[in-house]
Amino acid sequence: MTSAPVVVDGTGAGLDAAAQIEDQLIAATKQRGRRLGDYVGPLLVFVLFIVLWEYMHRDGIQRWLGRKPSVLPSPVTIIDQSLFNKIFRDQLITGLGWTCLVAFVGLGITIVIGMALAIVMAQKAWVERSLYPYLVALQATPVLAIVPIIYTVFGGGLGARIYVCIMIAIFPIVTNTLFGLTSADASQHDLFTLRHASTWTRMRKLQFPNAMPAIFTGFRISAGLSVVGAVVGEQFFREGAKPGLGVAIDQFRTRLQRPPMYGAIIVACLLGIVVFFVFGLLSRLVVGHWYESQRS
Amino acid sequence: MEMGSGPALSFRGVSMVFPDGTHALQETTFDVSPGEFVTVVGPSGCGKSTLLKIASGLHQPTTGKVVVDRKKLGYVFQDATLLQWRSVQRNVELLAELEGMPKGERAKRATDAIRTVGLAGFEAKYPKQLSGGMKMRASLARTLVLEPDVFLFDEPFGAVDEITRERLNDEVISLFQQRRFAGLFITHSIAEAVFLSTKVLVMSARPGKLVASYDVPFAYPRSPELRFDPEFARLSGEISHSLRGAHV
Repeated sequence: MTSAPVVVDGTGAGLDAAAQIEDQLIAATKQRGRRLGDYVGPLLVFVLFIVLWEYMHRDGIQRWLGRKPSVLPSPVTIIDQSLFNKIFRDQLITGLGWTCLVAFVGLGITIVIGMALAIVMAQKAWVERSLYPYLVALQATPVLAIVPIIYTVFGGGLGARIYVCIMIAIFPIVTNTLFGLTSADASQHDLFTLRHASTWTRMRKLQFPNAMPAIFTGFRISAGLSVVGAVVGEQFFREGAKPGLGVAIDQFRTRLQRPPMYGAIIVACLLGIVVFFVFGLLSRLVVGHWYESQRS
Repeated sequence: MEMGSGPALSFRGVSMVFPDGTHALQETTFDVSPGEFVTVVGPSGCGKSTLLKIASGLHQPTTGKVVVDRKKLGYVFQDATLLQWRSVQRNVELLAELEGMPKGERAKRATDAIRTVGLAGFEAKYPKQLSGGMKMRASLARTLVLEPDVFLFDEPFGAVDEITRERLNDEVISLFQQRRFAGLFITHSIAEAVFLSTKVLVMSARPGKLVASYDVPFAYPRSPELRFDPEFARLSGEISHSLRGAHV
């Protein structure tokens, strides 16, 4: 069944907060230098998490939830089956490839459309006011509800998956780019007005560079969401045998192959985390030398 | 337009009423000639900054008019308003760049201006690496690059500490001596006004109106010790008194 309760809140609020928290943590670390505790804490939590998982597998799931231990395999079994079982491993690698394809193509299109929309909206307040409601509507529409429509329009293959990806990932790009483009100081604008700068010059020399940090925040959030979108899209649209991770998760589930199913979930999760951090890193490389994070 | 000995900047019966009904300026008339440094002091919110916005053409007055050659006008803002993503050098070049000045020429001018304000050696730094005082110096240098005949200062040193402010005042004085521009300076510090200016105008609370004018007799160059001169104190006292009257 394809009606597995996939969480598609799509607001990106979670990743938004994550981006902010990461920025703050990095700023704080820069100020006081790295400490051993920076590594020990996360490592400890990771170990605790694994231990808790193992406990749930051995005893907890039966005792507290009344389910069989096989529902939640041991972390060791998951790693063993996902990495060392050739069939499963190949399936995960193929899945990762397809999911990456959809996520990256989707992200690319999202960035182009999203930034173009933001640039248009930044020109005049009335344009922004006219377009914004539709953006919110797009954001508020559950993917699940419009699956039949997407199917009719884009078919059941890659096109539909990429559409879902864009639909889920576009909001943060537009809002962050728009915020960046419109957040230059009034007196900085005055500076350009006094020299009779054209709209284009103002965009190129003031608004766009000023927006770069916000744009990168948008990229980062949308990159994470594009992976979510790809996996969700794969679970709904499976034509043409392009077995991405979303497809793999569902196949493993129906065949009760639980260890590789968890493996696929973890791989999807790791992919999201990796693109999120890669864009964070990219952002620091591009704007880090001049950008001063507001909080200190 | 008058040439030669006429005023470089002239306010003629300028009034300003904002669309929200705020009456910011009332029938303001005064001139600033080349070699004159006029400072306007007044209670906050009295419309002092509006004067500069009108002088520069950022705002249109409701009635009256301003005569000035805007091509030769420099505006130093309340904040340094540096572009964070540009180095000091590139920030100082900005206005010349917007004017379409060739690269070599503007780079040379920027280097000169940076040296003039005492920022030599900081060309490659970014604004976030500078102190408040250094940012204001960079902002001054940026305005200098276009060699303005009329210099507008909008409370530029309000946010820096006392010692930095006095140093920056010395800087402005020496610029004024070298270039003999027409200066219009806005501040709420009486000491700063008297120290810098050839003339101090007192503006009343909103709607802003000029209520008094004081000629400042001290010769340039002015040394920091001038601030302890009895005559300096007397004049400051008088202005302070007039300003208190203007508050009511």
